Amino acid sequence: MALFKRHTNRKSILYIRNGIIIIVLLAFALATLFPIYFMIISSFGDPIEAGAASYTLWPDKFTLASYKFFFDYSEHSYRWLINSFVVAACVTVSNVLFASLAGYAFSKIRFRGRSVLFAVLLCAMMIPYQVTQVPLYILIVNIFQIENTYAALIAPSLVTVYNIFLAKQFISSIPTEIIESAKVEGCSQWKIYAKIILPLSKTVMAVMAILTFMESWNTFFWPFLVTNTMEMQTIQVGLKNFRFANTTYFAPMMAGATISAVPMFILFFSLQKYFLEGVTVGAVKG
Amino acid sequence: MMARLARIVKKRIVSGDGGWAYAFIAVALVVFALFTAYPVIHAFMISFQEYKPLGSTYVGFDNYVHSFEDELFWKSIKNTIVYTALTVPVNLLLSFGVAILILPLKKWLQTSFKAVYYLPAVASGVALSVVWLWIFDPLQSGILNQAAAFFGIGNQNWLGTSATSMFSLVLMAWLSSHGTSIIIYLAALIGIDNSYYEAAELDGASFFQKLSYIVIPFMKPTTLFLLVTGIIGSFQVFQNAYLMTGGGPDNATTMVGLLIFNNAFKYFEFGEASAQALILTVIIAIISFIQFKFLGNDVEY
Repeated sequence: MALFKRHTNRKSILYIRNGIIIIVLLAFALATLFPIYFMIISSFGDPIEAGAASYTLWPDKFTLASYKFFFDYSEHSYRWLINSFVVAACVTVSNVLFASLAGYAFSKIRFRGRSVLFAVLLCAMMIPYQVTQVPLYILIVNIFQIENTYAALIAPSLVTVYNIFLAKQFISSIPTEIIESAKVEGCSQWKIYAKIILPLSKTVMAVMAILTFMESWNTFFWPFLVTNTMEMQTIQVGLKNFRFANTTYFAPMMAGATISAVPMFILFFSLQKYFLEGVTVGAVKG
Repeated sequence: MMARLARIVKKRIVSGDGGWAYAFIAVALVVFALFTAYPVIHAFMISFQEYKPLGSTYVGFDNYVHSFEDELFWKSIKNTIVYTALTVPVNLLLSFGVAILILPLKKWLQTSFKAVYYLPAVASGVALSVVWLWIFDPLQSGILNQAAAFFGIGNQNWLGTSATSMFSLVLMAWLSSHGTSIIIYLAALIGIDNSYYEAAELDGASFFQKLSYIVIPFMKPTTLFLLVTGIIGSFQVFQNAYLMTGGGPDNATTMVGLLIFNNAFKYFEFGEASAQALILTVIIAIISFIQFKFLGNDVEY
């Protein structure tokens, strides 16, 4: 009794139907995965100019020379990975901490101006980033003059409104009675936050941490604007520069793309459950 | 007596925590004020100025007027609309279809397919654009040209001619940005209560009748959500066009997001870029409003 017939009396029809469905889904999956497959397979080719190379879909050779070529492009190419990691880690930690604090305050503590402040935050989510990019650039580069620093890379995304919203949504669902009885026992607000709220919202914080880390690792635009020395660039900016500097080196470019993407693939496959959960957290009950 | 005491205790609990609350939101508020609120206000001011690092001059509505008279601005809006119209509805249909097909499968198969379809969303946009650049290689040996030859289509300079460059970006979007919507649709589909199907089956409803009378009405809030966020996202698209075509050839793939970027950081016309960004904001607000007005009136949240 569902959308699809169960075919309880004739198993063979059920198997044929599911077989056809799986074949259709696999065909679409192949089309989806093809670019990623192509990227990884090609990255093991020789680092020669593309005119001589012809693309093969089957690996006829396995060499790490293209990876070496990519890292040899700049003496700072290892730094790019470290930079990306440092920035993503800082942004993740500060988002989880400050978004959960603010989410708790907005959902469970009554204070003057709460609803007005929260409404302002929500409105700000609707503004496209093109509006803030120019003033933000002026602020960081001309006023604070912190171009090419970790501070410039991290500060604007210390805590995002989206994450505050996510934390508030979840913490609202924690019963207020728990907090009240903790207060009666003489718990301070900080203790309630650290001993009750945080442990209860572990899962949603994990989801938030993973999505924030991924977004920060993959972001290209902001690091591209505020870094112009090779040693402060992130891996995404470095990859872009490598691509424009070596337009004909096919395999090394693929090696670079693989390097930039593989850390996220590893993260994804080891924490798949949280990733897939995270997609729906903000949407279905939004 | 006890009730009164309880009330006093409760009152003390509820009030007196304002200080804590302000402390908890302090960092969030400072970050918001500094990096969102102040820039938005500043953007308004810049949009009425000819911006120079040392002393800008007030030019009134010049930047707005100039934008509206600029042919390229209109062309970029047209390109954005074409791109949105080609990507968002197709992605919704694809995701809905795939989610329906995943639904009858066993749990582990559902999870595996979800993971596979979501994978491109995990890879960085720069990495994907590098890969697609080679897929679109204009030489005979290029992957897409080989595929086209298989179907009897001649060699194409995919990204290099105005006729195919937009289509190439659209094709890339079709194959790499459906993971999120598939998962959201599937979650909504699983949420439909079985009793509806049971009732329909008692009336002898077929698969397609169930689909159109139960599933599609139930999917309306989800569809609206994905449509609004999809269109808003699509209007801000900048990265793929920037990295793959640079807006060319002949501005055939220059979208509003890219135009604003170029005005700001290529020509350093901060005033005009800010004016155009604010026009974009208004356009997005109007579109969202229309969608909620016409599609959202019987949606409950």
